[in-house]
Amino acid sequence: MLKQIIKRMATAIPSIIGVVIVTFLLTRVLPGDTAAYFAGPAASEQAISEIRAKLGLDQPLPVQFLAYVKDLATGNLGNSLTTGQPVLDDIRARLPASAELTLLGLLLSVLVAVPLGILAAVRQGSWIDHLCRLVATAGVSLPVFFTGLLLVYVFYFKLGWAPAPLGRLDFFYSPPETITGFYLVDSLLAGDIEVFRASWSQIWLPAVTLAIFSLAPIARMTRASMLAVLASDFVRTARASGLKPRKVVLGYAFRNALLPVVTTLGMVFSFLLGANVLVEKVFAWPGIGSYAIEALITSDYAPVQGFVLAMAILYVLLNLLIDIVYGLIDPRVRIEA
Amino acid sequence: MTMVSASPASAPRDGLLSHARHIVAENPVTGIAFGLFALLVIAAVLGPWIVPYDPLASDTVNALQPPSAAHWFGTDQLGRDIFSRVVVATRLDMVIAIASVALVFIAGGFAGIASGYFGGWTDRIVGRVSDTIMAFPLFVLAMGIVAALGNTVTNIVIATAIINFPLYVRVARAEANIRREAGFVQAARLTGNSEMRILLTQIAPNILPLMMVQVSLTMGYAILNAAGLSFIGLGVRPPTPEWGIMVAEGASFIVSGEWWIAFFPGVTLMLAVFCFNLLGDGLRDLVDPQRRT
Amino acid sequence: MNVHNVPPNHVQPPLLDVRDLSVEFATRRGVVRAVEKVNIRLAKGETLGIVGESGSGKSVTSYTVMRILDRAGRIAEGAIRFGGVDLVGASESEVRALRGREMSMIFQNPRAALNPIRKVGKQIEDVLIEHVQAQPSDAKEKAIEALKAVRIARPEERYHAYPFELSGGMCQRIVIALALACRPQLLIADEPTTGLDVTTQKAVMDLVVELTRERNMSTILITHDLGLAAAYCDRVMVMEKGKVVETANASEIFRAPQHPYTRKLMRATPRGGVTLRDLLPEDVAAAMDAPSEPAAAPGQGPLLKVEALVKEYPRQLTGGGLAQALGFRGASADPFRAVDGISFEVARGESLGLVGESGCGKSTTSMMLMRLIDPTSGRIMFDGTDLSAIPAKQFARSAFRLRIQMVFQDPTDSLNPRFTAARSIADPLMRMGTAMGSAALRARVEELAGHVGLPPEFLDRFPHQLSGGQKARVGIARAIALNPDLVVLDEPTAALDVSVQAVVLNLLQDLKTKLGMSYIFVSHDLEVVRMLCDRVIVMRAGAIVEEGGTEQVMAAPKAAYTRELLASIPHPPI
Repeated sequence: MLKQIIKRMATAIPSIIGVVIVTFLLTRVLPGDTAAYFAGPAASEQAISEIRAKLGLDQPLPVQFLAYVKDLATGNLGNSLTTGQPVLDDIRARLPASAELTLLGLLLSVLVAVPLGILAAVRQGSWIDHLCRLVATAGVSLPVFFTGLLLVYVFYFKLGWAPAPLGRLDFFYSPPETITGFYLVDSLLAGDIEVFRASWSQIWLPAVTLAIFSLAPIARMTRASMLAVLASDFVRTARASGLKPRKVVLGYAFRNALLPVVTTLGMVFSFLLGANVLVEKVFAWPGIGSYAIEALITSDYAPVQGFVLAMAILYVLLNLLIDIVYGLIDPRVRIEA
Repeated sequence: MTMVSASPASAPRDGLLSHARHIVAENPVTGIAFGLFALLVIAAVLGPWIVPYDPLASDTVNALQPPSAAHWFGTDQLGRDIFSRVVVATRLDMVIAIASVALVFIAGGFAGIASGYFGGWTDRIVGRVSDTIMAFPLFVLAMGIVAALGNTVTNIVIATAIINFPLYVRVARAEANIRREAGFVQAARLTGNSEMRILLTQIAPNILPLMMVQVSLTMGYAILNAAGLSFIGLGVRPPTPEWGIMVAEGASFIVSGEWWIAFFPGVTLMLAVFCFNLLGDGLRDLVDPQRRT
Repeated sequence: MNVHNVPPNHVQPPLLDVRDLSVEFATRRGVVRAVEKVNIRLAKGETLGIVGESGSGKSVTSYTVMRILDRAGRIAEGAIRFGGVDLVGASESEVRALRGREMSMIFQNPRAALNPIRKVGKQIEDVLIEHVQAQPSDAKEKAIEALKAVRIARPEERYHAYPFELSGGMCQRIVIALALACRPQLLIADEPTTGLDVTTQKAVMDLVVELTRERNMSTILITHDLGLAAAYCDRVMVMEKGKVVETANASEIFRAPQHPYTRKLMRATPRGGVTLRDLLPEDVAAAMDAPSEPAAAPGQGPLLKVEALVKEYPRQLTGGGLAQALGFRGASADPFRAVDGISFEVARGESLGLVGESGCGKSTTSMMLMRLIDPTSGRIMFDGTDLSAIPAKQFARSAFRLRIQMVFQDPTDSLNPRFTAARSIADPLMRMGTAMGSAALRARVEELAGHVGLPPEFLDRFPHQLSGGQKARVGIARAIALNPDLVVLDEPTAALDVSVQAVVLNLLQDLKTKLGMSYIFVSHDLEVVRMLCDRVIVMRAGAIVEEGGTEQVMAAPKAAYTRELLASIPHPPI
């Protein structure tokens, strides 16, 4: 089992190489003066050429690439002009905020979408099926930033159920001691119910926004793969053997239907990590998405590059995790590997 | 048992019209989608001539007016008429979406068919390129591309095309691959067709309908993507009317209750995407009844 | 009192009693009656065959008895009594308690009939525990017993296997074990051996018969193969278009079929001692000319001479994940030999049968002869020229291309769905024929359609508007369009109903004599080969095990494998 996991991890290597090459190309080869980007909009000609020499941009491309890889290996992603800090430190400090929001959003979404998809497939043509189809079609059509704003208007301005969309924690409270970096978890670990409630009240609305966004693909895929599996020969055999509907649906059909759903999660993560940027902007969430947007506005390129790289590597690792989970469920993959 | 015989994967020609009628009858929502589509086309083509106000003219006296008879969708912080801006913005959003989809349809479709049909090195190179693109969260990659290439509408189009590339490759590749050894393709080889000719006369026409479905489905995604980029300040710049940027401008007024500034462009954006997704679903039912979900 | 002289029905009520059963399906085009007023009476221990071609309603009938019809279907009228229980009125949970315990079913395509991600032993346990035939503590032991009962070697090991690790025949044994685990009284077998090789078919059918006899079970065998049903059943019921046309004892149905449809079906079933003409209905056969002697084809020496032909495929190296991930692929030391040095000849005007079970290399051989793939080594001498010297990629431009043509196995798959029948037939003429005007082209297409018996009004239809037999005719017309010398027929009738098969086989026979072609007929069905071919080659594992005149090989097979193949053909009691 361990050997297979290691094998699987090796499959992530080409992806990471690809990611490194693409992020390198994005800065060096494409039109536009990289040195000017790095120098910032107000820099003089002289400052730009100094930076060019300092960054090694006068060197041939392969040399530049090696230097780039070396920088990456030592964790040097450059400094942010806005915060004055190394980009790696900035990203490390802000990543837990993004991760907490994204994971909570995904959790909420899976909890609703999977049962909805199963019920829709089992009771095909019923109201719950129509609901599922509506959710699936409407969900993918909702611009996530617009959903967020609508929710803010309704739950903050109209109903007052949520606080103003201004970050992770109201300024009355001080953040819990950092253990995982997730406020919800850390506050519970610290036994501070007050802070837990305060951070919950801040996070639930953006998390619901993300959940609504990722609901559609998961529900749609669950329903579709359940329908396919329910119509398959082995489910017919199970029914003809007199197994109880619960056993047929959950024991036989669902585990098989789960396989395409797990694969879909890769796509869902891709969407979620992108949507996360937009949601962070709407809710002024102090994660790496907001960080990247601030940097984009000030043409501060090193953080943007660091952000793209960090997201890509995170995504590759998530896909790896999905692959491993898939292997755990499906014996065919396990043995052939 | 072939009681309810499965229809062939490709569209029957003569039955197409009755089949289309059946789909609209069974799913009237598709009919609604056609109506929305017509509205979008009208707004995109005639937009600047049919709106009541100049979309760029500010009128500070009438700033932040809620919807009224004079201003159907209200006015923004500069007193510009939101209805006019929403309608005029249609063209720009549509052009971005159509241009990027056309680009990726040609590039991704061809690369995918070639990769699926020839296999070997072609397949490996195309596969490696799309795998590398897929290794990024797509919206994040689009952000990176636009930030690097420069903040212009053209680059939004390019970025949107690039992130859609793997989707087109996957559909075209899979379809070409299953047909590579199909009997009718083998038969065409026996009758002296060259490989290129088989690709163009036997494979491509049979894949085209599925690719058209993909076009319709990704149109919505392309619109969303472009609007998302301009929402965070990439691509289109103010004061140009564009749905994403208008929502961004209205975002800060939501907390003080001026909902209409962000609401109307947002709803229009949503309806446009909804319309393309429904059309895509309808088209898929038409082309490939077995893949219905 | 002599009990034996009294029919069993009078002594005890039948186990299964179906009366006037009609089943309807809600479809897009309205309600369709799939089964119309069907009556079945099945005594305890009796084996009934239900025979019919596709669309006859035979499977729907059995699904209805099991009450596992899909959503669109419903029982319109009639009664089903099973062991005294009213199955039409029974609640779902009442029927469920019977399924698997009192009545079981096995299906076509056994591998798909098993849960792909659950160990087969666990799947048997599920059924045992569901019907309280076992406790979780002794379930494993009983599951292994069930595996043993179906003669599975090393049942303790197989218990832990997943379906994808087992062969098709082995999977069908597992399915049978699953069905019989709770010792039911009725087994319904729905095309249990379709898609399996003939030797596997025999093993599976013998097992079913043996087990059901041993346990005094009643069996319903649903099949399209009248010969199979007659060989293994006590009584046979023939269905056509949802109706029962005839029910008779198995021994009588071949000897004295009553209904015209049964007669047609019976005649169309390939069997010993008959000719191709005998497969057709009497009136049709009488109206046809007797097969004439083939026109002697011009030329010297054999048309085709194959020498030491080999095709190897590299085994996929399951090396390190990194190597695979980076796209390196290595060939292992010993490649897989699909075709292992075969040599044979085809004379001018001769038809040669190429027979073997799946995986024997017969399809690979035909693909090499067609020059669609390149052989690893060996020569293909066609009319004195070595064709293997021309790479497959360039063969499309070779002058020999038009002299070797092929008819494919699946008539649907072999026609471009976007081409009309006329366009498909015209394709070779346009690509390789001498240039001709559109009127001449159309005339030639119509002439070819006439050759294959396709009415001209069908020429402008698309494949989905044609029946299976019509599509087969289009494929044949396309293959003969350029008057080829050699036509490879790759199981051309495997996807067709027997009555259509009979017509197509006769058509092929007539065309051969008329046009002076040679055939290589690839098939798994020895009976069909016997009627169509002059000589036969039996292949196994890439090699030729026997070669000779068809009659001689069938009458006195030399190789043990040929004898096994012949013995596996179901022999109806005639």
